[in-house]
Amino acid sequence: MKTSEGTIDKMKRIPRDHKVRRFHQAKWDEPVIFELSQPGERGVEVPPVEPQIVETVGDGISQLPDSLRRKKRPNLPEVSQYRVIRHYSRISQEVLGSDFNVEIGQGTCTMKYSPKINERFVRSPKMAELHPLQDESTVQGMLEMTYQLDLYLREISGMDKFSFQPGSGTQALFTQASIVRKYHESRGEGEQRNEFITTHFSHPSQAATAAVKGFKIIYVPADENGYPDLEALKGLVSERTAAFAVANPEDTGIYNSRIKEFTDVVHAAGGLCCYDQANANGLLGITRALEAGFDMCFFNLHKTFSVPHACGGPATGAIGVTAELAPFLPGPLVDFDGERYFYNRDLQNSIGKVRSFYGVPPAVLRSYAWVRALGADGLKEVAEIACLNNNYLYHKILQIRGASAPYIQGRRLEQVRYSWQQLKEDTGVTTYDVQRRMVDFAHHYWTSHHPYVVPEPFTLEPTESYSMAELDEYVAALTHISQEAYENPEIVKTAPHNSTGHRVLESVLDDPNQWCITWRAYLKKTAQG
Amino acid sequence: MSVQRYAHPYIPNSAPEVKEKMLTEIGFSSIEDIYADIPEELRLKDKMNIPKALTEYELERHVNQLMNKNQTTKENISFLGAGCWPHFVPAVCDEINSRAEFVTAYAGEPYEDKGRFQALFEYQSLVAELVDMDVVNVPTFDWAQAASTALRMAARITKRTELLVSKNIHPDKLMIIKNYTSPDLTVTLIDFENETGRLDLNDLKAKLSVDTAAVYFENPTFLGSVEVNGQIIADLAHAAGAICVVGVDPISLGVMEAPANYGADIVCGDLQPLGVHMHYGGGQSGFIATHDDPTYVMEYPSRLFGIAPTEVEGEYGFGDVAYDRTSFAKREKGKESVGTQTALWGITAGVYLATMGPVGMEEVGQGIMQRSQYAAKRLSSIPGVEAKFAAPFFKEFVIDFSQTGKTVKDINAALLAKGIFGGVDLTEHYPELGQCALYCVTEIHTQEDIDTLVTAIKNIV
Repeated sequence: MKTSEGTIDKMKRIPRDHKVRRFHQAKWDEPVIFELSQPGERGVEVPPVEPQIVETVGDGISQLPDSLRRKKRPNLPEVSQYRVIRHYSRISQEVLGSDFNVEIGQGTCTMKYSPKINERFVRSPKMAELHPLQDESTVQGMLEMTYQLDLYLREISGMDKFSFQPGSGTQALFTQASIVRKYHESRGEGEQRNEFITTHFSHPSQAATAAVKGFKIIYVPADENGYPDLEALKGLVSERTAAFAVANPEDTGIYNSRIKEFTDVVHAAGGLCCYDQANANGLLGITRALEAGFDMCFFNLHKTFSVPHACGGPATGAIGVTAELAPFLPGPLVDFDGERYFYNRDLQNSIGKVRSFYGVPPAVLRSYAWVRALGADGLKEVAEIACLNNNYLYHKILQIRGASAPYIQGRRLEQVRYSWQQLKEDTGVTTYDVQRRMVDFAHHYWTSHHPYVVPEPFTLEPTESYSMAELDEYVAALTHISQEAYENPEIVKTAPHNSTGHRVLESVLDDPNQWCITWRAYLKKTAQG
Repeated sequence: MSVQRYAHPYIPNSAPEVKEKMLTEIGFSSIEDIYADIPEELRLKDKMNIPKALTEYELERHVNQLMNKNQTTKENISFLGAGCWPHFVPAVCDEINSRAEFVTAYAGEPYEDKGRFQALFEYQSLVAELVDMDVVNVPTFDWAQAASTALRMAARITKRTELLVSKNIHPDKLMIIKNYTSPDLTVTLIDFENETGRLDLNDLKAKLSVDTAAVYFENPTFLGSVEVNGQIIADLAHAAGAICVVGVDPISLGVMEAPANYGADIVCGDLQPLGVHMHYGGGQSGFIATHDDPTYVMEYPSRLFGIAPTEVEGEYGFGDVAYDRTSFAKREKGKESVGTQTALWGITAGVYLATMGPVGMEEVGQGIMQRSQYAAKRLSSIPGVEAKFAAPFFKEFVIDFSQTGKTVKDINAALLAKGIFGGVDLTEHYPELGQCALYCVTEIHTQEDIDTLVTAIKNIV
């Protein structure tokens, strides 16, 4: 701004009334790390070996027989430290984490604020530098937090004991299926009870993990309102029923108020009831697994309990069970004798283990800290505001031309599965097109899990972490895209326009002659001649 | 003070004015209207017994007080390994894996999360050089999961049901494998030689059959010994029509031959040694590698990130290779299951390998072997204390205290009193070995650390 006499431009107020963000994602045209290699460079030096050690044992590697000595060095890149930092920092800028965008477009995943103080805790040596086989007396703080979080989750769910071993929701589902199998085996019905009943709105891992445990998967259809069909369930249960596994609300955000009748039907047939609580965020302090008749449930600590998602893990699926099923949990479990915390390894029917050691303790620490930051009232507030935000969003989205939310109308809990079926019929623009166009306005948008029971689906879950203004911004972007679809669909279909990259030619990724899963494969498959 | 104007810092719309405004907008009179579908009998009547909220400052004090009850491996000298190992973590690894872009990202598309796809593609590519194979997956939960999946892959490819697994693997890993592969596959253990700790070839020969889907062994083994018969084991497996699966500690591969070059069809292992802190066992992260053979690639349940062209020439794009394999696409008809696993540790392992380079990996491997041999030699010089196996080892080795008349438990308790975490007690899982402990020595141990241990044990026994 000029300051010389007579030419001073006065600062003008910038209008901020544009509805969508003027955004362009960082695009660095960054090479793959191998292309940065400069022979002779290195990123770090390794700790030197003291001369007396060398004097005592020599070069160390002569111990290896010739057949096991590496013949040529691995073809890793040689890159100095600052260049490594710049490379990874640049590609990190080509990622929109939830610290950067209104991450409500990843429905079913409960993208919420991961408090920064918790990150400081887990990166402290007091957490990061613990070995899982240290003497119990040296990890009393960690054990205390684990034990206390167990108590809190019992309050939230009504279950009697939690294990934090499963490394994700998928592994928690697998653990549930493993417990179901072991339970029926322990009663001599292992072979007979081989059917696992679930729904199409459940996470794909629900069916997939039960299949790994050898169960036949049976789906309860949804009725016209989107509820699992109780009459259909009655026809499906039998002496072959091992378990019924369901989320409530399902990914539609519809709460099944007759859930207790469902669990009663399954129990009457001798099956167990497994509750997928990946969608628990709207229910904290409101309603629990126990009263609804479930024998087991799990919470994704990386969803409801604020552990960051970290590009896809590490995570934790804390699994809780009734007292009857506690001896089946993967061990060991943390207990308290009034003076000290210790590992209980005496689990008579334990399925063994599902993840190394005790799972992912940093996730336990973060969740413990999150619960303590909120207290009982705060947890309920989380649920209420998450549901309020969702219903606000739902109300606004139904006003967008071409959008709808199939099944029962009026209210939903913490998320909604929407449909662009009308938009597609009117304009030819699909949910995939909308997905790519949302990127141009700095928003992530996910379609939905397969199969697409709802046509042209998208699932949004706003959680408690986003302000009204941010919800409005997301709605504005969807509204804008809907308008574009009706006026100039090409701009949507050819998106993205402002992102880091353009449309990927996906056929290459499905062709064994062309797919390149590593850089060395790329070099081979694209060699000249 | 009639209205509480408190909005929790994590919950913007808990401000009362905003709540009212939103409720009015959607035509609800209260939050209760939203919960109308939840019947009275399912409502939680009592307040949860959870302490009241702490402010950030109170929380910091409280959690730090709890964490201060922990004693770390940095405040003591630790020789614990057994599947979770102390290694030098360059600051670069911490810097990149704490970037908010990576920490808070999840399941974005290649268009707004291109960097995540590239970082994981690079991780795959870097591990591929180490294992000398062309396909590596996005990480699994841990080594045990990687081994379990590798065995299921082998069973699907061979259409056979029996798995031969060397007995010298981590007991926890064996439990995980058994649970993951039951009920349709069976696990049969192959003995190891008492002299060397290596796989017993005769026992293997006796157990190989037309039902054998895979032979699984590790190099180095859980008990530390280097498996020198890798090629022979692979040849025996192949002759029986089985697949050879090898578990490997990747930090050994700067100096040890890659299993692909002695017959491995599938290689798996743990990424934790590559730039990931131990995190009380939370740093584990598994990888699987194979040759670029569609028969193998199509059996991975994991995501495989590939590089591909985009509509614009001269631009890299990334995406899922053969996505239709996965349970995301096909639910129970997909291969096993896939979901959140340990992606951030994979990215971190990539940073580590890029930072170390070929020379760093060779140096760190050599330094580990020198230090561990020095430690074993010094310990064996103590009367009554000896190295159990007559075989080369990489970073772990079994020390036999049977002749001292003391138990490992007592020795470890005495060491702990001196600020030393002694080796992992093997007496529970391997009673046949006697009073033995598994010691782990890596590049983080100085000569002084080792000498301190030796002096302490000398005084104890």
